[in-house]
Amino acid sequence: MTSLNLEALFQSKIDEEIKIEPKDWMPDAYRKTLIRQISQHAHSEIVGMLPEGNWITRAPSLRRKLILLAKVQDEAGHGLYLYSAAETLGANRDDLVQQLLAGKAKYSSIFNYPTLNWADLGAIGWLVDGAAIMNQVMLTRTSYGPYARAMVRICKEESFHQRQGYEIMIAMANGSPEQKAMAQDSLNRWWWPSLMMFGPHDSESTHSDQAMKWKIKRKSNDELRQQFVDVTVPQAEYLGLTIPDTKLRWNEARGHYDFGEIDWEEFWSVVKGNGPCNKQRLKARIKAYEDGAWVREAAVAHAAKKEQDKLPESSAKAA
Amino acid sequence: MKNEWPLWEVFIRSKSGLSHKHVGSLHASDAEMAVENARDLYTRRNEGVSIWVVASKDITASDPDDSDPLFEPAKDKIYRHPTFYEVPNEVTHM
Ligand SMILES: [Fe+2]
Ligand SMILES: [Fe+2]
Repeated sequence: MTSLNLEALFQSKIDEEIKIEPKDWMPDAYRKTLIRQISQHAHSEIVGMLPEGNWITRAPSLRRKLILLAKVQDEAGHGLYLYSAAETLGANRDDLVQQLLAGKAKYSSIFNYPTLNWADLGAIGWLVDGAAIMNQVMLTRTSYGPYARAMVRICKEESFHQRQGYEIMIAMANGSPEQKAMAQDSLNRWWWPSLMMFGPHDSESTHSDQAMKWKIKRKSNDELRQQFVDVTVPQAEYLGLTIPDTKLRWNEARGHYDFGEIDWEEFWSVVKGNGPCNKQRLKARIKAYEDGAWVREAAVAHAAKKEQDKLPESSAKAA
Repeated sequence: MKNEWPLWEVFIRSKSGLSHKHVGSLHASDAEMAVENARDLYTRRNEGVSIWVVASKDITASDPDDSDPLFEPAKDKIYRHPTFYEVPNEVTHM
């Protein structure tokens, strides 16, 4: 079959909602787009452990500590499901990790913001996991089978993440005046970065059209962002907290909330590596990788020795 | 990379009475570690009562490009399905 026919056949499968599986023919650009997107997503899960992980030892109660541990462990799991999905496309795990450590791969900019106090852990679960869920629920229907399946698993786990965050916010918003002020302050700091998680405006988003045609994504950045604002505003109202946006108001005619403009200069500056924690995050990942090197080596040596011991006496000697 | 751990495919039996089902893959230095990692990665919420791991390199898969000739022979044998046969209304338990 000519590549033109193959491409037409591929698109007709997508149009008929038939999932693409690892060994199926696919255009090079589809494969590359997916490897880039899935690995960035995996890196985000892994780097995403850092802002919360550094609060595990400082959680205010054993209950909160157990919950936070479980959440951070889930995020590690999400990273691993996603790296595996990228590997089904022919990517190599170690290459992907190296790209992250070398600063060549992107991950979600939200994790370049610092967690200053315990209220931030509430805001992250509520807003950051909440925004991630919007995107990930859409991706459970993405056209590439292994990615869609990883997303189904991830979405099942995410909803506890958001609820535990919101529970922290409820506790703080109903606590002492100082606690309520902390909750408001963390909402103030995390609101705009959370809206930025959906990426540039559709009009500015370069890969969007093709990704929609291939059904890698099914909703645009702006659609998802609007959906997030619409569901989150009432949740903030319930907490008695104020969303830091003077332009935010219900638009009866549209049936949606209108909201103010994102500071795109800040967005691009963090993407380009100049956020408050970009350097710190990479440094932590590099240290973890280097500190683990001897474990990886020892495990390989141990496995090789066990293999050797399994061989019958004679062949072991010959080898 | 020389110290890269091989890839394993993970299959989980979610409860007694059901077959093991493919859930994903992971890296581990040997089969024993693959089972332990699979426990941590794929059964954090009681998703399983039994785990199989198989080295990914040991799996032989059919080629999707051959799937037409491979599965074609079964397509026209509709007489293998019960719906192919007409059972008179008077006849029951069939
Ligand atoms: Fe996650
Ligand atoms: Fe999460």
